[in-house]
Amino acid sequence: MNLVLNVNGKACEVRADAETPLLYALRNDLGLVGTRYGCGLGQCGSCTVIIDGKAVQSCDVPLSAVVGKQISTVEALGTAATLHPLQRAFIAEQAAQCGYCTSGILMAAKALLDVNTDPTDAEIRAALERNLCRCGTHSRILRAIKRAAKELRGKG
Amino acid sequence: MALTNSTAPARKLPGSLDTNRRLERWLTINANGTVTLITGKVEIGQGILTALIQMTAEELDIDVSRIRLRPASTAFSPDEGVTSGSRSIQDSGLALRHAAAEARDLLLARAAQKLGVTLESLTVKDGVISARGGGSVTYWEIATPDLLAREASFDVSTKLPQEHAVVGSSLARVDIPGKITGSPSFVQDMMLPGLLHGRVCRPAGPGAVLRAIDFREVEQMPGVVAVLRDGSFLGVVAEREEQAIRAERRLARITQWTPGPELPANDPRQLLALQAEAETEIINTKGDLSVAGTKQLSAEYTKPYIAHAALAPSCSVAQWEGNTVKIWTHSQGIYPLRGDMAQVLGLPEQDIVITHVEGAGCYGHNAADDVTLDAVLLARAVPGKPVRVQWMREDEFCWEPFSSPMVMRLNASLDDQGNIVNWGHELWSHAHSTRPGSKGGVNLLAAWHLEKALPAAKPGNPPLPGGGSHRNAIPLYDFPNQKVTNHLIRRSPLRTSALRALGGFANAYAIECFMDELAEAAGADPVEYRLRHLKDARAKAVIEKAAQMAQWKTREKGDGERGRGIGFARYKNLAAYIAVIAEVKVEEEVRVTKLWGTVDVGQAINPDGVLNQIEGGMIQSASMALKERVDFDKSAVTTRTWDEYPILRFTEVPEIEVALINRPEAPPVGAGEGTQGPVAAAIGNAIHNALGARLRDMPFTRERIVAALSV
Repeated sequence: MNLVLNVNGKACEVRADAETPLLYALRNDLGLVGTRYGCGLGQCGSCTVIIDGKAVQSCDVPLSAVVGKQISTVEALGTAATLHPLQRAFIAEQAAQCGYCTSGILMAAKALLDVNTDPTDAEIRAALERNLCRCGTHSRILRAIKRAAKELRGKG
Repeated sequence: MALTNSTAPARKLPGSLDTNRRLERWLTINANGTVTLITGKVEIGQGILTALIQMTAEELDIDVSRIRLRPASTAFSPDEGVTSGSRSIQDSGLALRHAAAEARDLLLARAAQKLGVTLESLTVKDGVISARGGGSVTYWEIATPDLLAREASFDVSTKLPQEHAVVGSSLARVDIPGKITGSPSFVQDMMLPGLLHGRVCRPAGPGAVLRAIDFREVEQMPGVVAVLRDGSFLGVVAEREEQAIRAERRLARITQWTPGPELPANDPRQLLALQAEAETEIINTKGDLSVAGTKQLSAEYTKPYIAHAALAPSCSVAQWEGNTVKIWTHSQGIYPLRGDMAQVLGLPEQDIVITHVEGAGCYGHNAADDVTLDAVLLARAVPGKPVRVQWMREDEFCWEPFSSPMVMRLNASLDDQGNIVNWGHELWSHAHSTRPGSKGGVNLLAAWHLEKALPAAKPGNPPLPGGGSHRNAIPLYDFPNQKVTNHLIRRSPLRTSALRALGGFANAYAIECFMDELAEAAGADPVEYRLRHLKDARAKAVIEKAAQMAQWKTREKGDGERGRGIGFARYKNLAAYIAVIAEVKVEEEVRVTKLWGTVDVGQAINPDGVLNQIEGGMIQSASMALKERVDFDKSAVTTRTWDEYPILRFTEVPEIEVALINRPEAPPVGAGEGTQGPVAAAIGNAIHNALGARLRDMPFTRERIVAALSV
């Protein structure tokens, strides 16, 4: 069936079963491959997107549940030419190894910074509780998010 | 007159250049002002490509931005075997350093001829060759395809460390910008026209055999293009990914399997019960083994089966055209994989073209190779169509090769000064290397399930000095009398293979915990005790530096809740020196609150890259020591999701401080694996320091803390 999703500010038509997890529509129908499959059970955070302001694991949400909602993915965060402060901070801190978890962590961090530009260390850690990183780049990621928060506060 | 010496060893070229001697296999100087770098090593999140760019740009005297990387492919790349063992800097880096230096020499010779000047009058800056008396020419003008169409020569001088400008700087990783903007970065992200999706329905457990099955109902499911059964290999191809997943789930519901052999209890000490089939080898003896001091101690340590648990389940894309197949994979060894693939498919190797595309960090031999054969077999059912297969999370947990369980028994004699006068280390383990490319069989999961099954090669170990199960079993300490014995039990209930540091993880862990037990028996400080048994100055330097960073206090005592401990190793006894101090807080569970690390990798090609690898290794090792164990029942692996395989989370990771002791004059060595044993030992020692109780079996779970305290 045809469903209309609002992704990154655009209405996008997807021809898929309503029970299809959002993740597969984003990747395979809309070509937004920055959102990634890690577990299919909402346990690892690789597929995190922002839906109506909240960080949500897209592998675990059927299309039927997101029609009419605002979905944003890492592709809308910023491009190489117009990087978001979080992306600049991840480069500055070299906060990645393999980078497979990175998109999901960026989106979880954005959802946090959108409502709290001065998070404590504990608040950042708690916001990333559902995101796993197997390479062990946690310290760099925490530093990068603090750096981005500082930049965002400077702007405001 | 010099005598000819017929027994002189053949001269060797640096790294992989020795086995891939043609310069054009490594570098192309392009007319458009770029240089193409070709390596057989692959990026697995360790930042190797950035380091190789630095080493090449340094010798060529060009800006790093001029370098283009070609993804490794069996169509043209040098054959560098497997990207493993933290050897890429030594293998590929040293080859490229030499090849680039020779390319620069050849370009300078050509420029001298063209400008009619002597070589000595030439200087190079970013590819522009200038003569002292005026006149200049660029690499891009004078390089022609014949320039590098030759074998490397032996007498090429590379730059001295003090001349390095690019090497030794923390160049930003070249792959990070794409990864933070959601660009297609992984084989998982490949989109080809007409791409189909495949999934494999795996057996009910190791050795289980598929009974008769009627899968017509699955063939009629929406989007299903093909269902393939070959022996116990069963898979499905569908138009959409979620359709393939649903079809595979239906297959799983309707299949019946004859169980394989019953699995034993999940206890590393099961290895001891297999002593009769152990291959026992004394790998080191020294001095007089009958020397007995005044005090004798012994202890037994274990580690369980551990998973690589890559964040991304393995994935591959394959496409057949007639009798040839194109394959995209995140395998660590495209050439060894091609060899095994050729045996399964009955094709000449040149008809199989394998190209590397990044996957997630793998930390060793995971399912990357296995999923590649799955994709190839399923794609053969839909000729001409590209098929992408990604394993599901439970496939990865249940079917990847695991790190072997191990048992280490250590004993020592102390003299009346507390010095170690005799040392014994015995270890029991399954094999740590069952990668493709092993002789005498095919090491790919699906190959064992086919109707015409191809048996696996005999499981084994890489040889010493690097070693496999016996990696880091020979102590670096200067014990006058010692004996080290390796019991290899090749047959294992679950498949085992290489995971970060191989046996070095458990051996260094055991040695370093035992050193603390001996220090305690000797009434000595653990830091001082290690130093007094070491002659190696670089080893002493990392330990002293770690103690200084952590403001270690002589014979410091824990308070019943908090404690600190140290661990040290030189990776493989020939590579990176690493010392770690851990601080733990033990409440209901063990929490690692801080880790201090010092590392000496010789010349650090990219210091921040080294730190990133060390920090990551420290967190991963802490996770393994505290939490990780693969579980199974009598018929199958029961660890299927992250719920059953918890790893350290953002709310649990320690603060980390790492210092690099850079030695530009020393050969560069890899940084990826050396932290594993030292971190686990430092945590074990910190727990003992905190509680006075010794945990010798990993992981250090709540149940084990409770049990140790109740003794």
